[in-house]
Amino acid sequence: MITSSGLFSIITFIYGLAVLLYISAWIFKKELPGKLATAATITAVTGNLIGIILRWIESYQMGYGHAPLSNLYESLVFFAFCIAALYLFLEFRYKLRIIGVVASPISFLAMAYASLPKVNSSIEPLIPALQSNWLIAHVITCFIGYAAFAVAFGISLLYFIKAGRDHQTGGVAGKIPHVDMLDELTHQMVMFGFLFLSAGIITGAVWANQAWGRYWGWDPKETWSLITWLIYASLLHARMMRGWTGKKIAVLCCAGFLAVIFTYFGVNLLPGLHSYQ
Amino acid sequence: MNQSSFTENLTNKVWKFFASVKLSVVVLLALAATSVIGTIIPQNASPMMYLQRYGETLYSIFNALDFFDMYHAWWFQLLMGLLTINIIICSIERLSKTWKIIFPKKINFQANRFRKSPNRVEWTADAKPNGLKTPYKSYLARHYRHITTQETDSGLLIFGEKGRWTRLGVYAVHFSILLLVIGGLIGSFFGFEGFANVPEGKSVQQISLRNQDEQKRLPFAIRCDDFSISHYDSGMPKEYRSSVAILNDGEVVHKADIRVNDPLRYQGINIFQSSYGRTPGEKFTVVFTDPESGMTYEKQGAIGARIPMPSDKGTLVVEDFRSNFNFRGHNIGDSFICRTIPPEKQPDPETGNFFVLPLNHPRFDRMRGGDFAISVKDIEFGYYTGLQVTRDPGVPVVYAGFILIIIGCYITFFMLHKQVCVELAEKNGQTQVMLACVSGKNRPGMKAAARRLAGQLKNMQNTDER
Repeated sequence: MITSSGLFSIITFIYGLAVLLYISAWIFKKELPGKLATAATITAVTGNLIGIILRWIESYQMGYGHAPLSNLYESLVFFAFCIAALYLFLEFRYKLRIIGVVASPISFLAMAYASLPKVNSSIEPLIPALQSNWLIAHVITCFIGYAAFAVAFGISLLYFIKAGRDHQTGGVAGKIPHVDMLDELTHQMVMFGFLFLSAGIITGAVWANQAWGRYWGWDPKETWSLITWLIYASLLHARMMRGWTGKKIAVLCCAGFLAVIFTYFGVNLLPGLHSYQ
Repeated sequence: MNQSSFTENLTNKVWKFFASVKLSVVVLLALAATSVIGTIIPQNASPMMYLQRYGETLYSIFNALDFFDMYHAWWFQLLMGLLTINIIICSIERLSKTWKIIFPKKINFQANRFRKSPNRVEWTADAKPNGLKTPYKSYLARHYRHITTQETDSGLLIFGEKGRWTRLGVYAVHFSILLLVIGGLIGSFFGFEGFANVPEGKSVQQISLRNQDEQKRLPFAIRCDDFSISHYDSGMPKEYRSSVAILNDGEVVHKADIRVNDPLRYQGINIFQSSYGRTPGEKFTVVFTDPESGMTYEKQGAIGARIPMPSDKGTLVVEDFRSNFNFRGHNIGDSFICRTIPPEKQPDPETGNFFVLPLNHPRFDRMRGGDFAISVKDIEFGYYTGLQVTRDPGVPVVYAGFILIIIGCYITFFMLHKQVCVELAEKNGQTQVMLACVSGKNRPGMKAAARRLAGQLKNMQNTDER
């Protein structure tokens, strides 16, 4: 039977295929590659989920038995899944395939990064600090939040392409929906991400209080998640109360996503309890 | 300008300053930007380490700016204070307006607001307004809580409204931030955070407070009966476990096993497994070797003991034990820290030089060139468990804030105060229908909602769309 890592290699390839198909559907303005792209993404998401479940089962077979959310490799795989699943939801809800052009590459890059040799993909037992049910709640909420911010970032990129070419029906901007729509979608994604980031920080805080006796300790990862939260909080206030829209929001959205990326990867460069070993 | 109107004016200005959302955005971004500093500069490390890392000039600048404990620095706390005041004033300012919307004295619908709405749908129905009134009204009543009707010259208006209370969501979020601040303050004033290293078989009642040179006496003593580590086959640690007993006046009142992620909570005090280390047992043998004759003398030693050296050469004091001692940049492993006191009547008893006796290098002390080369043998090791001991009465308040923030965010982001209006106007025996939905936040979703609702209403009657 196929192993989870074998399956993930195939999934990486399918995500890559979806990227190419979404881009060709966008450039050549044809329906067929678009439909194929959707089919590829559905296949990849399903396979991604099956792979995660398979890896979970494998860890039990090895006698360790823990949810596959414990190291960089497993988090990248889960991140790719969250983004693609969230994107598919948007595609079906708003009938917008164009977002696939920006969302599918992020899933693909996450999977491709996971398959690099320097990312340890072996299933390992949990160190004592991670042996807690809060691990699952904490990682899932954080990564749903990250995924929403990733999609919001992608939509902001579309915004920059579209801005100023509002009435253009041909060219690359032609298939991109109206800026107001992009702006609203970004906002929706940010709100969704903010809710889950808050939940992620909170589950982390409760867990920290459970394990170390303090819910907040200014550990670099904690602090960076707070920095991310503050950036998106100011975005929401600027938009809801000061009426900021469009470009300013798109810029803040990119800044927020940079903070997300730093919270996720950059913190490994700094000392702390969260660095993935 | 007289004095009172001047103060009034000033109060007004101060109030306006604190009530502005611009201030919120600036402070939020300032907090985000300054927080970065503390993730780049290690916090609460030793001055030595900072000097080595940054040099003298940068060290004094950073030190003056409190960068080495920046999250407790006055300017960072000031920013947080500003945000807190800003939240309170903003909420007071807006809540009174919101309150009038949520609990109006008289429900007053503005028909023109709907008639001009871009989210309106219009069609013609093959019935008189009176025939449509009841089915439409009962359909709307299923989806909207408050339904009112108003007669017009040519027919009637049906208004529906729901989710007025969802406007309170944002206040819930703001209030929850206040709860976090209050909970944090309670914790910092009435709580403590300390640690204690308890050797197996020993008990402690004093703990050292973190980041302060202070000790704290607990209302009970903690005894470590056993510390154990288990490993996976790969050699990775699987479990750290301390079996501890809580002692009250020497009596065991509670026993528990503490593991990482599984602390002991006793009388509001939390005890966590946080580290461990090796500690030498009570007694060991100290060997003095005369470098000239090669004669050896063995004496019983203990930490803190004063051991008279052979031939009245003074006294050896075994001061301390360190695992992984750093000697001139090299890790020489488990070592005893010792000093000798020369025989009486000789000057400088205190400076009797400190030196180390590394266990793994018994010939190490020969280099010192003392009266004797000293080494240690027959040591039995035990473990000590490193326990984190905390008390934080603010936690329930903080947790209440956590719950409220999630509920509040959900309400604010995903629940809407929605209003619907259906206007029925008679025209040539038929009815001209106008339907519009508006929401407090004017979401584009409203247009889709209006279309969906219109579709439902149209299906109820056999009508033609115009």
